[in-house]
Amino acid sequence: MNSEPILSVRKLEKRYGNFIGCTDVSFDVWPGEVIAIVGESGSGKTTLLNCISTRLERSSGEIRYRLRDRRFPDLAELSEAELRFLMRTDWGFVHQNPADGLRMRVSAGANVGERLMAVGDRNYGEIRRRASDWLERVEIAASRIDDMPVSFSGGMRQRLQIARNLVTHPRLIFMDEPTGGLDVSVQARVLDLLRMLVSDLGLSVIIVTHDLGVARLLSQRIIVMKSGRIVEQGLTDRVMDDPSHPYTQLLVASILEN
Amino acid sequence: MTNPSLPAYNFAYLDEQTKRMIRRAILKAIAVPGYQVPFASRDMPMPYGWGTGGVQVTASILGPDDVLKVIDQGADDTTNAVSIRAFFAKVADVATTTRTEDATIIQTRHRIPETPLAHGQIIVYQVPIPEPLRFLEPRETETRVMHALEEYGLVHVKLYEDIAQHGHIATTYAYPVKVEGRYVMDPSPIPKFDNPKMHHSPALQLFGAGREKRIYALPPFTDVVSLDFEDHPFTVQRFDCRCALCDAQDVYMDEVITDDRGGRMFVCSDTDHCETRRSEGCQGAGLPQHCTAKAGWEAAE
Ligand SMILES: Nc1ncnc2c1ncn2[C@@H]1O[C@H](COP(=O)(O)OP(=O)(O)O)[C@@H](O)[C@H]1O
Ligand SMILES: [Mg+2]
Repeated sequence: MNSEPILSVRKLEKRYGNFIGCTDVSFDVWPGEVIAIVGESGSGKTTLLNCISTRLERSSGEIRYRLRDRRFPDLAELSEAELRFLMRTDWGFVHQNPADGLRMRVSAGANVGERLMAVGDRNYGEIRRRASDWLERVEIAASRIDDMPVSFSGGMRQRLQIARNLVTHPRLIFMDEPTGGLDVSVQARVLDLLRMLVSDLGLSVIIVTHDLGVARLLSQRIIVMKSGRIVEQGLTDRVMDDPSHPYTQLLVASILEN
Repeated sequence: MTNPSLPAYNFAYLDEQTKRMIRRAILKAIAVPGYQVPFASRDMPMPYGWGTGGVQVTASILGPDDVLKVIDQGADDTTNAVSIRAFFAKVADVATTTRTEDATIIQTRHRIPETPLAHGQIIVYQVPIPEPLRFLEPRETETRVMHALEEYGLVHVKLYEDIAQHGHIATTYAYPVKVEGRYVMDPSPIPKFDNPKMHHSPALQLFGAGREKRIYALPPFTDVVSLDFEDHPFTVQRFDCRCALCDAQDVYMDEVITDDRGGRMFVCSDTDHCETRRSEGCQGAGLPQHCTAKAGWEAAE
């Protein structure tokens, strides 16, 4: 693994008025690493993810990101233009509800091609060829390229959302319960696909999930949150096999029961 | 002259303060070509959709010596064109004309005249929806940022979708343009046939959207480029027939149903252009005919 973190979070806090969404959060993400943020509903996972990805304004703390030129600025130092450029090139965001991450009124091909056009690609045939490649990589038949996402099943929509994010070869992907809205039978296929793509592309991923099974399958490292704070973090295997915090022990015990 | 004992009606309907406000918006629009300048649109004695934006712009720039032409779909004699022309003849007592070359101000809905505009003329477009990004991004806060940061990928998403669904760029009117390499602009619902006329036009072009409260402009000789793909370049429609009345070709045609058995003729959409040609002795076949409007890519094949 590379010796420099791609992301570094220090003493991050988000308040909603007097209420603490998350606080005292510090961790690093290394290139190619998948980090899962787990915890029960309301523990501050989405708040944390949205602060890091600048979709939500933090109250205090540091968030540094490694740019392609190796500078490591706090995201607050970047201009709005730089941040938005980062979001549509170097980052991806996979929403739980695919409709939040797709344009439902244009075809699958246009959904995948959007980022290419956003960065200036102006050759229709080439955009289409790349969109079609990406559809196949997420196991959607290229013959569906002109179909509307509304005609797709939930699992296909989620795979389309993934393709749409990956087409610009981003380095960091944020995911919020990416399989949360899917039937259990469909979840497995999406998870397998994610695991394969993440390792093929060497992506860094921060994935929020309340499902420890998802965390175990995808992540190397795990952050356990409770009431907006990190109560435990460590290698996924270690945390799952030998949880040290009582809350984590409870969480792990609860999946063993199921 | 008005009776001094009556409340004086103001020249061109709008009060002077409102005109000054609109002129400031126009000047700003000219200074930043293609940028949509918000303005406090006033109620006009006509419903939205009847060109209240264009009417306010015209009212604000009109002087007593101006000669006004008003067209709607290329014609000077539609209800809309006649009533706007009559409105200004009444409230500003200006001379009106149907002749493109005689007009100092042309207010238009849906066309640019065939006769090339000249330096010193002003064309005022009536605009229903000024925001070219609206169709894929309904949020105004977001489109404003997109313009500010020149994030125009969405326009190409729309064009991509056109080609994917129709095999070619099927947008035939309100075809998006890029102005001076900077702002993407909706040229109002003119046919894309007219888009090239905007490029480097010696006339001043002003766009007024009443309901949406926006004014934008193209100063004379501005770069106006229709957006496209390298492998699907912008082309205009070509008609493979001549005007049944004046024999013109390479003009924008309207289809006219001539009988109830499906007979049809094609005639110039620009009535002034057609009449001028006929007065010069040009004559069309006057017969029902077949004619297809072809996209440029078809014509080239
Ligand atoms: N916009 C908001 N305003 C006020 N409180 C919020 C807001 N968003 C989330 N919260 C609260 O912050 C806590 C953490 O929420 P969230 O980050 O969504 O948790 P999780 O994703 O772990 O379920 C919850 O108690 C939630 O009610
Ligand atoms: Mg959540």
